[in-house]
Amino acid sequence: MASSLHQIPTTQECSDFNRVVFVDVSKYFGRRRALAHVSLECGTGEILGFLGGNGAGKSTLLALAGTILAPSSGEIRYGAESVREPGPALRANIGLLSHDFQLYPELTARENLEFFAALYGLDQVRDRSHEALRSAGLLSRGDDFVGGFSRGMKQRVALERTLLHAPRLVLLDEPFAGLDEGSSSALVERLQVLKSEGRIIFLATHDFEVAELVLDRAMLLRAGRLLPLSRAGESLRARYRDSMQRELKPRRLE
Amino acid sequence: MMHRMFSVVIVIATIFFVCAPVFIAWAPYESTMGLVQKIFYFHVPSWAAMFVAAFVCGIASAVFLFRGRLISDRIAVASAELVVVFGLIGLVSGPLWARKAWGVWWQWDARLTMALVLWMIFIAYLLLREYGGPGSEKLAAGVALFGMANVPFVYWSVNVWRTVHPTTNVVPTLVPGMRGPLWWSLVGFLLLYVLAMMARVRLETQRAALERIYRELDD
Amino acid sequence: MRRFFTVALLIMRKDLRVETRSRELFLTTLFFSVSTVLVFAFGFVRDGRPVENAVAGILWIAIAFAGTLALGRTFERERYHDVLRALLLAPVDRPAIYVGKLLGILALLAAVEVVIVPLVALLFQAPLFRQPILTFLLLSLGTLGFSAVGTLFGAMLVRARSRDVLLPVLLYPITIPVIIAGVRGIAVLLQPEVDVAMARAWIGMLVFFDVVFITLSLWTFEPVMTE
Repeated sequence: MASSLHQIPTTQECSDFNRVVFVDVSKYFGRRRALAHVSLECGTGEILGFLGGNGAGKSTLLALAGTILAPSSGEIRYGAESVREPGPALRANIGLLSHDFQLYPELTARENLEFFAALYGLDQVRDRSHEALRSAGLLSRGDDFVGGFSRGMKQRVALERTLLHAPRLVLLDEPFAGLDEGSSSALVERLQVLKSEGRIIFLATHDFEVAELVLDRAMLLRAGRLLPLSRAGESLRARYRDSMQRELKPRRLE
Repeated sequence: MMHRMFSVVIVIATIFFVCAPVFIAWAPYESTMGLVQKIFYFHVPSWAAMFVAAFVCGIASAVFLFRGRLISDRIAVASAELVVVFGLIGLVSGPLWARKAWGVWWQWDARLTMALVLWMIFIAYLLLREYGGPGSEKLAAGVALFGMANVPFVYWSVNVWRTVHPTTNVVPTLVPGMRGPLWWSLVGFLLLYVLAMMARVRLETQRAALERIYRELDD
Repeated sequence: MRRFFTVALLIMRKDLRVETRSRELFLTTLFFSVSTVLVFAFGFVRDGRPVENAVAGILWIAIAFAGTLALGRTFERERYHDVLRALLLAPVDRPAIYVGKLLGILALLAAVEVVIVPLVALLFQAPLFRQPILTFLLLSLGTLGFSAVGTLFGAMLVRARSRDVLLPVLLYPITIPVIIAGVRGIAVLLQPEVDVAMARAWIGMLVFFDVVFITLSLWTFEPVMTE
C-alpha cells in the first residue's frame, strides 16, 4: 500500500517534466529588486541548494519556481516548453514548503492534511493523511490543533503536506530551520529517498553542515544575483565565506 | 514624431480655445436663462470628455489585465486622472449653472448620479494605485473594469428610482444657433483631452524607462 | 466541471469548519450589525419613533457594513498564515477558490441576517414578512451581489498596503446599484399598498447584476491574483 501512495495521482492529468530551467529571470516589486538575471538548470534526481543571507532572494526564487509569482522578465521552463500561463496540470507536479508553513491553525493536523489531500484531488484521503502523520512522527498528535504546535512540529506537518501529491518538483524553503537532531537526520534520509525517486529538488538553507550532506550542487544568492561559489575551501561554509569576501573586497579597496 | 504630433495638436487646440469665446458670445441667448446658460458650452463638453476618458480607461484596463501590455496600463492611469479632472469641471460648473437657472444646487436624476458615481469610482482607482503598494496596477485595472460594468446598472436603478418622483427636466432645448458653438467647444475639449493624454502617457513612459535604468544600475 | 464545484465546496466547508470552531466572525459581525442598526435608529428618530422609510435603508447599511468587516477579517486570516498562497499553488482552477470563499461569506452573512432581519422587524414594527418570498429574494440576491464583488476585492487586496481602508473605498461605489435595488425593493414592500411589480423589477435587476458581476469576477480572478 505504501508504494501505491507514492504514485502520481491519476485523478487528473499532470504535465510531467524532467528539468526546470530559469532563463535570465528577474523579479521586481516596484523598485525593490528581489531577483536579477538568474539563470539555472536542474534535472531529475538532483538536489540544488541556494545559499545566502536574509533578503538575498531565496524565497522569491522558490516562489517563482512554484508559479506563485510570475517573473518580471525572463522565462521559466518546465521540461521542453516554457509556460505562458501555468495551469492546474503543471501545479499538480509542484510542491512548495514555505517559510510560513501555510497551515490552518484552527484545524487539527489530520484535518489540514485531509483538506489538502482532497484539494489536490487525491484518492484515499483518510489513508494518505494517516500515512503522512506517521511519516511526520505525529500520529499521537494528529487530532490536536496545529495552532498549538511547536515550530518544528508545524514544519513536519507542512513538509508532509508538500509531499502529499508526490510532486516532481519539490521546493523547500529552509526546511532544517528549527529541527532537532533526530528530525534533521530523518529529513536528510527523506531527501535521499526523494532524490532516488527522480524528483527535482530546490533547497534554500542557512545550515551549512546539513547542506553539505545533502546537496549535489549549490548556488549563492546575494541581493538577488547569483554569485559564483568559490572552490577554495574544504567545507561549504568556508567556500561561502570566501565567495562573500571576494564579493565585498572591491568595495573595501575603494 | 511624438514631438511633431504634439505640436500640431497644441496648435489646433489653441486655435479652438481662442476662437471659442467669440463663437460663444455670438451664440443666441436662451430664452429663460440669459447669459448664465452659456456655461453649458463648458459644462457639456467636460462631461463628454469625462465619458470618453472613462471609456478609454476601461478598455485599456481590460487589455492590460488580460494581455499584460504595459502601454495599456499607462494609458489607463492617464485616462483615469483625466476622468477625475474633467469630472470635477463638470461637477463644479453644473451646480453653479443649476443654482442660477433653476434654484437648486443638485438633482438626483439618473444622468447626474451615474456621472457622480463614475467619478467616485475613478477616484477610488487612483487611491488604490497611490496607496496600494507595488502591484496595485493590476488590481486597479480590475476596479476600472468593474466600474465600467457598473455604469448601466447605476443609470437604470436611479432612473427607475426617480420615475416614482417626477423631476424637472434639466436639459434645455437646443436652438439651432447653439449647435455650432456647442460642437466647436466639444471638439475643443476633446482636443484638450488628447493633448493631456499625450503628455501624461509620455511622462509615464519616461518614468518607466527611468525605472528600468535604475533597476539595472543597482549592482 | 464537477471538480470545480467539488473544490469550491471543499473550500467552503473548510471555512465553515474554521468559523464554527472559533465563532469569532459570526459573533463579532452579528454584534456589530446590531450596534449599527441601533446607531442609525437613533439617528433617524422623529417624535421619539424611528422614521418608517429609514427601515429599509438601515437594514441594508447594517448588512453592507457588517459584510465589509467580515470580508476584511476573512482575508486577514488567509493572509496571516499565507494560506491563500497554498490554495493558489494547488492544482485547481483558481476561480474555484473564488467560488469557495464566496460561498463561505454568503453562509456567514446569511446566518447574521437570520438574526438581524427579525430584529429590525421587531424594533421598528416593520412588516418585513408580509411578502416573505419577495423579501427573501431581495435579501439573498442583494447579499450575493455585494459578496460577489466584495470577495473579489478582498482577495485582490490581500497583499496590498492599506488594505483595511481600501476595501470599503473600492467596494461601496461599485455596489451602489445593489444597495439602491435592495433598499427600494424592501421599501416598496413595506408601504401600506405593497407594490409587487416594483419589487419584482428590482429583483430582476439584482439577478442581472449578480450574473454580470459573478461572471466578471470569475474572469478576472486569475489575472488579478497572479503577482
